[in-house]
Amino acid sequence: MDLYEYQARDLFEKHGVPVLPAEIATTADEAEAAAVKIGGKVVVKAQVKVGGRGKAGGVKLAVDPADAREKASAILGMDIKGHEVRTVMIAAAAPIESEYYLAILLDRSNRTFLVMASVAGGMEIEEVAHTAPEKLAKIPVDSNVGIDLARATEIIASAKFPADVADQVSAVLVKLWETFVSEDATLVEVNPLVKTSDGKIIALDGKVTLDENAGFRHPEHEALVDQAAENALEAAAKAKNLNYVKLEGQVGIIGNGAGLVMSTLDVVAYAGEKFGGVRPANFLDIGGGASAQVMADGLSIILGDKDVKSVFVNVFGGITSCDAVANGIVQALELLGAQATKPIVVRLDGNNVAEGRAILTAAAHPLIEQLDTMDGAANRAAELAAK
Amino acid sequence: MSIFINADSKIIVQGMTGSEGTKHTRRMLASGSKVVGGVTPGKGGQSVEIDGHNLPVFNTVGEAMAATGANVSVIFVPPKFAKAAVVDAIDAAMPLVVIITEGIPVHDSASFYAHSLTKGTTRIIGPNCPGLISPGKSNVGIIPANIASAGPIGLVSKSGTLTYQMMFELRDIGFSTAVGIGGDPVVGTTHIDCLRAFQDDPETEAIVMIGEIGGDAEERAAAFIAEYVTKPVVGYVAGFTAPEGKTMGHAGAIVSGSSGTAQAKKDALEAAGVKVGQTPSETARLLRAILGR
Repeated sequence: MDLYEYQARDLFEKHGVPVLPAEIATTADEAEAAAVKIGGKVVVKAQVKVGGRGKAGGVKLAVDPADAREKASAILGMDIKGHEVRTVMIAAAAPIESEYYLAILLDRSNRTFLVMASVAGGMEIEEVAHTAPEKLAKIPVDSNVGIDLARATEIIASAKFPADVADQVSAVLVKLWETFVSEDATLVEVNPLVKTSDGKIIALDGKVTLDENAGFRHPEHEALVDQAAENALEAAAKAKNLNYVKLEGQVGIIGNGAGLVMSTLDVVAYAGEKFGGVRPANFLDIGGGASAQVMADGLSIILGDKDVKSVFVNVFGGITSCDAVANGIVQALELLGAQATKPIVVRLDGNNVAEGRAILTAAAHPLIEQLDTMDGAANRAAELAAK
Repeated sequence: MSIFINADSKIIVQGMTGSEGTKHTRRMLASGSKVVGGVTPGKGGQSVEIDGHNLPVFNTVGEAMAATGANVSVIFVPPKFAKAAVVDAIDAAMPLVVIITEGIPVHDSASFYAHSLTKGTTRIIGPNCPGLISPGKSNVGIIPANIASAGPIGLVSKSGTLTYQMMFELRDIGFSTAVGIGGDPVVGTTHIDCLRAFQDDPETEAIVMIGEIGGDAEERAAAFIAEYVTKPVVGYVAGFTAPEGKTMGHAGAIVSGSSGTAQAKKDALEAAGVKVGQTPSETARLLRAILGR
């Protein structure tokens, strides 16, 4: 889960990473009040989970509370790369002397953690990595060893931070490591980490990604989910414990296993090229169980998507047996009754496939059509969606 | 031959007394695997009767190994307790540890993987994987034993159900070993580890490699194939339609920026001489053409 800047800032503050005073606002009134509370010049920053907001006009300096109100009302409601700005952060303005970069992240390639540090902060770090790789230090960290002050000092020295800030930055790195571990983050990034004109080191902007698998250790992380920004169908699916992602397309997809469902989306998209560019409408993995209730929940979500014109149920019976899946489909359609109105193409294979297909044949439901192969069924589902 | 496991593999099940553990112990036994016991801390000294097999339960992996001579452990314990179970197995120098559990925090996986490197005596497969099977010899995990028979194909995949689908497509030819390495960001055994083992396994004549979006494991595997693998390899990559920034079921299946895309993986594999199918069925046809069957 990616956090908003203000949520990252709050986590930094909680773990002792130095940040500036800041408040969030969802209206111009609140923005003005926040600016009064903070005092002096403030920066009004759009809260969106996408890069490039500065260039899009989503970050403005305000000289006083009235100005903050004006800037906030211009930024709130703005569309930044498809993300609507519903919240702004009002932060104290700081006189910046230097900008650095500091991050800790999961390095998948090397299956370890990695510190990235650079004295060339502020800009896109991908660009630094590309144009001046010597300015970006990358130092692996053993998860079982961690980063204490001595290790942090070594890392910051190898990244060639100036002597006058090295101690402060090293201390920040230790705090960042604490944030990374104790919050079960997969990324904590400070960009820029700034030196102010009075010589202080401050995390001016940050990104944090939390590991959703660690939710059982962090019940408090649930509150960080932005319910309003979630797609309504995705939120409904989540409430039913379904692994669902809404996409832009016309063929609703239900399958078992993440890999097979991803593959199903692709196969439908290829087939759809022959039918005017029909695309898959969603990702939905019902997992190994595929009980009638899970199938009904899944179908109900998909049939609730007004873009869906046909449904493709693609199940390979591994541990699950196809007869159980077939019974699930039949019972799901009974549960849904008149709510089920779209054609459903079913492809079953694997464990007990003959029994499964026989159950669907015997049910003779007018919406169900069976095909033997994944490619053939994808083709038929795309054809039905194009009608 | 086969890779990582063989007909003599002696398996213990960590979490055997839980419902998933019991269910899959029964399935492994039914497929002929030599399951010799289980580990559940606090239940040591008990025994479990499964389909006529009387299986002793131990408190630790070390005790289980000493008493049974087990050389493979398969783990079904819930995410919360998985790290402790894996560390127990690593500390006992269990040679092969297969972690089926889904939903383990990546800080835990990174920690036990680093621990396994420090100790240097344990290969981890998974987590969040279906395990591995050498048909007719041994079956460790949850891959259905009846999909395919023994044969000359080696298969390595991030995905469980795609493993099953591909085994089904090629069931008449059969498999030396099929390995599900798991779709998490940190896994103990990679495509490369399996490719090396298949290349070195005299019974494996051709290799199927299944990848999916996220990370750069497939790109690395492609470089490895170009350098080391002389046996024919066909590939399949899932996730061409996945949008940036959305996790597709597996914790590791996410396209971030320009990296991790299916197209980049396909391009890298093709550049290494791997024939890549557009669908699982087409991939199976490519392999058939290579083997002339």
